[in-house]
Amino acid sequence: MAVTYSLSRPAAALVAVLLLSFGSVAARHIEDQAEQFFRSGHTNNWAVLVCTSRFWFNYRHVANTLSVYRSVKRLGIPDSHIVLMLADDMACNPRNPKPATVFSHKNMELNVYGDDVEVDYRSYEVTVENFLRVLTGRIPPSTPRSKRLLSDDRSNILIYMTGHGGNGFLKFQDSEEITNIELADAFEQMWQKRRYNELLFIIDTCQGASMYERFYSPNIMALASSQVGEDSLSHQPDPAIGVHLMDRYTFYVLEFLEEINPASQTNMNDLFQVCPKSLCVSTPGHRTDLFQRDPKNVLITDFFGSVRKVEITTETINLQQGSEIMESSYKEDQMDEELMEPLKYAEQLPVAQIIHQKPKLKDWHPPGGFILGLWALIIMVFFKTYGIKHMKFIF
Amino acid sequence: MGLLSDPVRRRALARLVLRLNAPLCVLSYVAGIAWFLALVFPPLTQRTYMSENAMGSTMVEEQFAGGDRARAFARDFAAHRKKSGALPVAWLERTMRSVGLEVYTQSFSRKLPFPDETHERYMVSGTNVYGILRAPRAASTESLVLTVPCGSDSTNSQAVGLLLALAAHFRGQIYWAKDIIFLVTEHDLLGTEAWLEAYHDVNVTGMQSSPLQGRAGAIQAAVALELSSDVVTSLDVAVEGLNGQLPNLDLLNLFQTFCQKGGLLCTLQGKLQPQDWTSLDGPLQGLQTLLLMVLRQASGRPHGSHGLFLRYRVEALTLRGINSFRQYKYDLVAVGKALEGMFRKLNHLLERLHQSFFLYLLPALSRFVSIGLYMPAAGFLLLVLGLKALELWMQLHEAEVGLEEPGGAPGPSVPLPPSQGCKHTGPRQGLDGTEAGSPDLPSTAAGLHRAHQLLTGLPAGHHHGARRCACQASWAPDSLCCPAGADKPSSHAPWQPVPVAGASGGATVTGRGLAALPGSAGPGCAGAPHLRCPALPTAVSGPLPLLATFLECALLEVRSACLSWTETPQGPHAASFRGNKRVSVSA
Repeated sequence: MAVTYSLSRPAAALVAVLLLSFGSVAARHIEDQAEQFFRSGHTNNWAVLVCTSRFWFNYRHVANTLSVYRSVKRLGIPDSHIVLMLADDMACNPRNPKPATVFSHKNMELNVYGDDVEVDYRSYEVTVENFLRVLTGRIPPSTPRSKRLLSDDRSNILIYMTGHGGNGFLKFQDSEEITNIELADAFEQMWQKRRYNELLFIIDTCQGASMYERFYSPNIMALASSQVGEDSLSHQPDPAIGVHLMDRYTFYVLEFLEEINPASQTNMNDLFQVCPKSLCVSTPGHRTDLFQRDPKNVLITDFFGSVRKVEITTETINLQQGSEIMESSYKEDQMDEELMEPLKYAEQLPVAQIIHQKPKLKDWHPPGGFILGLWALIIMVFFKTYGIKHMKFIF
Repeated sequence: MGLLSDPVRRRALARLVLRLNAPLCVLSYVAGIAWFLALVFPPLTQRTYMSENAMGSTMVEEQFAGGDRARAFARDFAAHRKKSGALPVAWLERTMRSVGLEVYTQSFSRKLPFPDETHERYMVSGTNVYGILRAPRAASTESLVLTVPCGSDSTNSQAVGLLLALAAHFRGQIYWAKDIIFLVTEHDLLGTEAWLEAYHDVNVTGMQSSPLQGRAGAIQAAVALELSSDVVTSLDVAVEGLNGQLPNLDLLNLFQTFCQKGGLLCTLQGKLQPQDWTSLDGPLQGLQTLLLMVLRQASGRPHGSHGLFLRYRVEALTLRGINSFRQYKYDLVAVGKALEGMFRKLNHLLERLHQSFFLYLLPALSRFVSIGLYMPAAGFLLLVLGLKALELWMQLHEAEVGLEEPGGAPGPSVPLPPSQGCKHTGPRQGLDGTEAGSPDLPSTAAGLHRAHQLLTGLPAGHHHGARRCACQASWAPDSLCCPAGADKPSSHAPWQPVPVAGASGGATVTGRGLAALPGSAGPGCAGAPHLRCPALPTAVSGPLPLLATFLECALLEVRSACLSWTETPQGPHAASFRGNKRVSVSA
């Protein structure tokens, strides 16, 4: 008996040590998992998808938006968190030979307009004013919930815009435009009102890169389908329907997104590689200097999906104020040495240091009409009074 | 003084202009012709392109396969037509209804303004039949028209057949956003005009027609079809309309796109497209086509019933199927497919065609010259007229300036009033008056008095006979009437130099030393009617009143010339009036 006692004691001790180690390992595992929860810093996802052009021959813009809608919904963002703005109704357009459908692939492979599409802003409600109100939250109290962007400071928002654009503007409905400055200011308002944690802005128009040139708020990552001076091209015409179905950039983004599932670990760097110039003809661009995390650590599902971070555990975890874990996770991803603490409310990001914008050299313009007219008047009066013979003394 | 108010400089300028004028005119004329001929060469002629975004470059799939049906309809139509001698209205109505259209008819009649040898009476009457295909899911606010004009003989029966077969095919599609009207007219242009007038509720040609029962909204575009047989070797397109109006170039571009897509042979003005524009052959052929188009436009006739649609701002084309001796023939299905494609693309339109050019010239189906590039040719030709007018103006002005030059010395000025006064002889002796006055003129001044003589020598000294008594000249009331003695033709009041009201504050005639000269009216001056030209507008007043006087004189001279046929004014100075042919008529 004593032998077993003596034998079991070290065995028990060993077992105890092993258990403890397991426990600690498990506890550390739990801690790691808990840490992972706060890696990205967001708790909910929103999406604002905007198609700004109307008319039948802009079918492809509606198809673009609907295909992003489809991916976003498939990856988990519910309709209540999606604000979908479509400027025209293609599915029920009298010219549509396949009513109630919007196809994104020719030969009618993929109908992106299914039974459960919820359009929040439709037809003439898609205006610059409504769009800016949605973003900034300055909405009349009577607006229904489905038309509001009820995001908070832990929301990751995806904003996708498509339509006809130019250098510094995007055309809404053939009658008005939104400029890149307005958009940048709207995002700054959102930042100051703490309406987002991180923002991903994707634009598929001609000269789309001009739209993200002016952003100055933190935590924004932007992608565009073409550089300034380039046109974004459309992808395939469908002879049965008679129009182009999609734009190239969004077509390849859609194909890329079809591979993503809620558990995938694909990161933003892969999204930047979508649609190289050989496929897209235009050069897609992106901007990450305002974004505090490294794009390779940002998952696609951080923006496109709503991955619920729910883990059932029976252990207890001690979170010391929560800030240590956040701080540690942030510290891993720091790009700049100056930003050691997480940003608190009303602390402004030193954007100028980040952006390093040089003052633009103002081009010299010849004097305008008024100045020229004034000088012409003066010279005329002079010579009328004193005679043209004085001219030779002047020149 | 300034450049233009200094007489010396002005004269220099005038002389310069006069010297250069003739070569400039010739140059301008040659430039105009050369520019016109150069229109066919590449920098001035451009390739056509589709401007309308909605019609885009996307092709649609055509599915028309009703060739047999079309031929059957055509046979029936021809048979019925031969039987009835006119348009078989009842048969058409029945067939259109069976195909699924809403059918309406319209009767019209018109008394022709010119007698027609082939008809007993010159009253033309007929019936139009049209069927409307309603857009299945759209409000009937806009429409397209496919029309087949049927003349008095049955040459267009194949087109009617194709129209009916197309109607049957279109009826089965659900993608129409505009109504389509299938129109069969009788008597070609008359029926089309009657229908259009009734549709748009106007009456510009005095046609009596019954009001239309069915309408389909604003017409966006129309295509007129003429097929002579059921196989065609080429499709000819006609664009020139009434008064040379042209449809929007986008419609032609649309047709050309579908020609290329379907591999059809399409001609313009009956000519094939030149293939190479680099050598001289292509441009030469293009020049021929261009000149033919200009001639057609100039004739003002609508070359097809599409020409009548243009007046209502409906873009329209006429397509003619030609069957000639070529090895490759197309049947009705090919033509039908082209038409189906065109209508499907027109269906995509949101607004009237307005993006492309309305005024253009076509050296070939795929090339055009816009008005901005061919207008300078006409501009150069018109510049010649402007230069000529400028030359005349300068001549008058120079002469008048020369008149003023010796006017400072009283000597030369004195003879002037005699000639002036003597010009107020009667119409019969106007030239004598000048004759009497002229020896007094110093020779130095004589050469400069061309314009003056133009005035004085005119028997249109009598122009004021009409006005002197009662009416005052608008701009020189005092001067025009003979002072004192105005109503007595025989009394020859001295010529009173009076300030010309139109004179811009310049010296009056008095200032020039032209005193009242009692005897100045020469021997021939005692003529009734006592006509005086107005006081010669002084040089200071500028050439414009001079010109106005000139014109007035001329006008009344013509009038009096009719009155005075028997007069034979002599005078060596009749020949000296250069540049005034009208003088020689009466003189």
